[in-house]
Amino acid sequence: MTVVDGPTPVLEVHGITKTFPGVIANEDVDLVLNQGEIHCLLGENGAGKSTLMNVVFGLYQPDHGSMKVRGREVVFSDVNDAIAEGIGMVHQHFQLIPVFTVAENVILGDELTKGALLDIAEARRRIRELGDRYGLRVDPDAKVGDLSVGEQQRVELIKALFREADILILDEPTAVLTPGEVDDFFEVVRNLIAQGKSIIFITHKLREVLAVADRITVLRGGKVAGTADPSSATQQTLANLMVGRDVVFQVEKPPATPGDTVLRVRDLRVEDDRGVLMVNGFSVEVRRGEIYGVAGVEGNGQRELVEALAGMRHKVGGTVEILGSDATKMTPRKITELGVAHIPEDRNKHGLVGSYSIADNMVLNRYNRPPFARRGIRAAGPIDAEATRLVEEFDVRTPGIHVPAETLSGGNQQKVIVARELTGDVQLLLVAQPTRGLDVGSIEFIHKQIIALRDAGAAVFLVSAELDEIMSLSDRIGVLYRGRIVGTYDIADATRERLGYLMATGSEPDAEDVA
Amino acid sequence: MTNGDTPQQNGSGGRASFDVIAWIKSWWNLQPILVPLYALLLSFVVGGVLIALIGVNPFEAYWALLRGAFGSPERLAGTIARSVPYVGSALALAFAFRAGLFNIGAEGQLLAGGITAAWVGTWSFMFDLPGILAVPIILLAGFVGGAMWGGIPGVLRARTGAHEVITTIMLNSIALFMSRWLVNSTDPLILRDTTASVPRTELISPTARLGELADSQPPLHLGVFVMIILCVVVWFVLARTTFGFETITVGSNPHAAHYAGISVSKIIILAMLFSGGFAGLAAASEVAGTSGFFQPGTFAFIGFDGIAIALLARANPIAILPAAFLWGALLKGAPLMQQEADVSIDVVRIIQSMVLLFVAADAIVRYLFRMKGDGGHHIATTSTSWGST
Amino acid sequence: MTVAGGTPLPSTLVPQLDEELGATWRLGRRAIVGGIFGVLGIVLVTLVAPNLTTDPKSFGFGTPPDAIEFDFTPGVLVAVIGVCYVITGVVSFLPHRYDRVAFWAQVVSAALAIPLILGLALAFSNAPTTNVANLLDESLVLATPIALGAMTGLWCEHSGVINIGIEGMMLGSAGIGYMVYAVAGDASSSFWLWGSVLIAVLAGVAFAALHAVLCIRYQINQIVSGVVINLFALGLTGFLRSEVIVPSGFTKGVSTSQLALPLLSDLPVVGETLFTGGPIHFAMYAIVFLTWLVMYRTRWGLRVRSCGENPHAAETLGIKVIMIRYQAVLLGGAIAGLAGAWFSMESQAGFEDNMTNSAGFIALAAMIFGKWTPWGAFGGALLFGFTRALGSRLQFLNVEFGSFTIPSEFLQSLPFFVTLVVVAGALGRAIAPAAEGQPYSPSK
Repeated sequence: MTVVDGPTPVLEVHGITKTFPGVIANEDVDLVLNQGEIHCLLGENGAGKSTLMNVVFGLYQPDHGSMKVRGREVVFSDVNDAIAEGIGMVHQHFQLIPVFTVAENVILGDELTKGALLDIAEARRRIRELGDRYGLRVDPDAKVGDLSVGEQQRVELIKALFREADILILDEPTAVLTPGEVDDFFEVVRNLIAQGKSIIFITHKLREVLAVADRITVLRGGKVAGTADPSSATQQTLANLMVGRDVVFQVEKPPATPGDTVLRVRDLRVEDDRGVLMVNGFSVEVRRGEIYGVAGVEGNGQRELVEALAGMRHKVGGTVEILGSDATKMTPRKITELGVAHIPEDRNKHGLVGSYSIADNMVLNRYNRPPFARRGIRAAGPIDAEATRLVEEFDVRTPGIHVPAETLSGGNQQKVIVARELTGDVQLLLVAQPTRGLDVGSIEFIHKQIIALRDAGAAVFLVSAELDEIMSLSDRIGVLYRGRIVGTYDIADATRERLGYLMATGSEPDAEDVA
Repeated sequence: MTNGDTPQQNGSGGRASFDVIAWIKSWWNLQPILVPLYALLLSFVVGGVLIALIGVNPFEAYWALLRGAFGSPERLAGTIARSVPYVGSALALAFAFRAGLFNIGAEGQLLAGGITAAWVGTWSFMFDLPGILAVPIILLAGFVGGAMWGGIPGVLRARTGAHEVITTIMLNSIALFMSRWLVNSTDPLILRDTTASVPRTELISPTARLGELADSQPPLHLGVFVMIILCVVVWFVLARTTFGFETITVGSNPHAAHYAGISVSKIIILAMLFSGGFAGLAAASEVAGTSGFFQPGTFAFIGFDGIAIALLARANPIAILPAAFLWGALLKGAPLMQQEADVSIDVVRIIQSMVLLFVAADAIVRYLFRMKGDGGHHIATTSTSWGST
Repeated sequence: MTVAGGTPLPSTLVPQLDEELGATWRLGRRAIVGGIFGVLGIVLVTLVAPNLTTDPKSFGFGTPPDAIEFDFTPGVLVAVIGVCYVITGVVSFLPHRYDRVAFWAQVVSAALAIPLILGLALAFSNAPTTNVANLLDESLVLATPIALGAMTGLWCEHSGVINIGIEGMMLGSAGIGYMVYAVAGDASSSFWLWGSVLIAVLAGVAFAALHAVLCIRYQINQIVSGVVINLFALGLTGFLRSEVIVPSGFTKGVSTSQLALPLLSDLPVVGETLFTGGPIHFAMYAIVFLTWLVMYRTRWGLRVRSCGENPHAAETLGIKVIMIRYQAVLLGGAIAGLAGAWFSMESQAGFEDNMTNSAGFIALAAMIFGKWTPWGAFGGALLFGFTRALGSRLQFLNVEFGSFTIPSEFLQSLPFFVTLVVVAGALGRAIAPAAEGQPYSPSK
């Protein structure tokens, strides 16, 4: 957080407007980045932050507006122009090629050659050098697909630094890191600043913004909603700017009144697609009327765990009991018939058939049961009636129930899934990453629905990588680390610090470790 | 899968006709019909250029083609008869396609079905059965034969992930050689009719023959109704039943299908079984209707063309009927074109490939004919990769 | 570990193994294959070997007079191989530590199938000897179009474009090239022969251009585009043959003359067979090698592969995905064109309808067999060429079991059967380039 004798703008963006068919992603946006500063670009999902940065990086061409780099007017017709001006970008979704090595990923597009052939030896040397200089160590010969998420992020940074970027755009970099890795990351960031870089930091995490920003710009609905000074702003004021109204931080939640056990898991073991044991001795009991939240960084077995519980993945050991019946070997259909609802982590892959209409998606879990089908023949009338009812009840914004589901926004797609799963007699809800990538309005709505389900007497098994979500919804929290629960807390005893430590290291913190 | 495009404006014509056309267009979206028609037109143009290049008047050639296909009631009947087996082989691909599978093994499945039907048709008890039993039996035999041959790649795909494009192609060749052996072999004598002058199987029971409707070239028989009914049934299954829903779901998003409780492996195997069965059924109807026996080489290219027809029809069972009819017309008319205008029948194949091209790349048609917008329903391109689900 | 939200890991995605079916394949390929070898070995040693003829037979290497002969008694040979198979079977059931041992044992056993089959064939035929070096050479020659076609497939697929129209590209090039030769050249002119080969290559490029435009610019379903190419080539070549080639009265012409590689062809035993052959055949080796070198060791190759794995990532690094895809597909087309030339101007001199006879599809099988690597695909091509040559050889040897001769149709279907078994069984799931088949639109 240093300002070097008076701010010198390195990047100025003026009046940028970018539209896509049907939506104005950015409207008349101004932004100034000064030398050596960390400038946070804040906004909720869908506000236009990534679009703006893609314009700056040359991936998109703006409809109107201008840009200046170090006082000189520039026009980027493609990414190469931006790179030539010293701009580098680390995208929210990593742009890496898993089957290539680190070295190949780094030099791709700007390859080092000796004669006609690639000079991997030189690439290795440079990567090691950059790694030492900026504290970003990776093995140049490792296949990127085998790396951890944190390591992959380092590769992305090295890619940008390899091309001698001075202006770095980091899009939601901490979304996939453990709290501990986040600290390391900010260390790297400070190092970069110290070495003369300037950084634009896109995020929706208010806590981090206040921790690192020198200046803050807030986008809302494609426009600049305001700028803020971190020394005077609070999470509340920032949130209000982001959303445009007063935001309620804590979801209202009457206290839980748990009943008898609905889900009992003992010593579950599950492998992933490659045969690696991802769930390794997982045990839990979830009762009626309570929300059990599983906290943990992605990659500790969450996906395999939920898929196994839903009957979608083979279990190599342990037992699962649902409502008294042994569900260990049951098919997804049988488990659904027990009264289990499942909101999958990847809505496009598992939750919806994109080309199908909303109506068909609404009954995807019950398509073969009366009244939607009798004796193998489907009945369009009841399907449409149900879809219409649910669309209204769950406030799904759509022109009609016959449009393909893939045309809906992420938030509305998730609402379709939630509507479908939360209808009927739900005894147990398995839900993973329910609000990933959604806007604040949808997030509030879905959280309310989950709590309402709990209050109606269902048991809820929630898995989320967003610690805030876990803490806001859960009655009890278990931390998942390397495939098993390493610590359980009632909500009253859970603090971010305790959970963060557990998530990162797998063991309980001693008193001194926790701030 | 759903229609619902807004009407298109397409300015044309004089005053009176303009009003009528615009009025029709405001009620009924003509695009799904216009695009293929224009595509057909363009294809004829391309063919015409080639014909002109070899020094023949294209109009003369096409006139002969047209007369060859439609010039008389017998010829028309022959055209319909010609189309019949293509319907079956196109259905084979179309149904599998809906499940996300590329069954290009209709060639082999036709052979398997045809030879099974011809064999069962010669069983002794068949000669005593009345037609009302014998015909369904022989058709069923063909279905089963084709289904078995289609089932093999299905099982392999479901159990080992082996891509069906490769396995079905291999099985095509294997079926070709095996059927040749079964029919040609004299030592040991397997299926060969020793009294015949050409290598073929024995004649099936007369009671198992499908009745002839017209003495055309080839003869039009009841098989045409079998195929039409089959198309309707397949359409109904896909559009209205839970099994059809499951099949299409697997083809659109196998992950979501699994999540919805559908057994993806089961659907893959069933889809290939039915798919092969449809081809086998078509072959059986040919054996029972046209020839009364099986001869190696009878079904050459029917499977291969079936692929194009199915793609042309965008895997829609009802649309397969006109598409197959087009194919039948082109193939029936070609010999007359060759005879009268001295143009090789291969021109027809070129036209066929162009029709497929222009229908698939309909943007070209739209551009040339100044049509707006995107008709939308392109074939679901889910299983577009080899190692995919 | 997941790549956060972005590129999914390369899909080894299995067709879903439901609970009911879950158990079957857990036995593991290694064990199943090993088991088969073991049982086979026991059968060979106990049932087969003792009942074989005791006539001495031999394998010949090279042509007389300086051929090397390997004499053997069929019973002994079969018994020895049978024992090896039993050993392989046992080794395959050892704990995982011995994985590598088991793997190599199975590979060796697979290779031993060659002398086994030949030995058995000789045992049941009247011929006293068979020329093995010759067989190998035939295999390599027959593998030529397959290997070339597989390289075509590799270039297209690694850039992200599925190409099932290789068959059509080959056939079309064969026809167009030969047509030019028939019409323009005189029967013995080698200038025109080579000119026609060049035309064939260009024809391949032209077909590939059509495929590229349809897939990249118009973004139609890539399988459909392949089918269009196949249909079109079939029709066009048939048309050209009946309208142009036949009327021209051109009968034979020459095929490319055999080359003798310097030095290498003087090697004893193998020199004359393996190192003399057609130019396109030798070009095949160079092309396989160059494909490997360029694709995995040069800038352009790296970029091509990135377009097929993650085109968006490539774009963020300034790579022109569309341009590279066009380049790769056209290159593939040129190679297919050369393969076509092999058909009508090297393997024989003349064009027949549909003369490629599924070679393009077999090339695809070879590509998948080789797990999308050039040398692996070459291995697949060799396997197919070998089974083809073996089939012919067995027919030639007139193998008889008592009064039963193996029908020629069985032998003709042998290559397809072997390919089927290999692709289905011994392979494991092959991983295609991650982004292939998906049309790509650059960001704007």
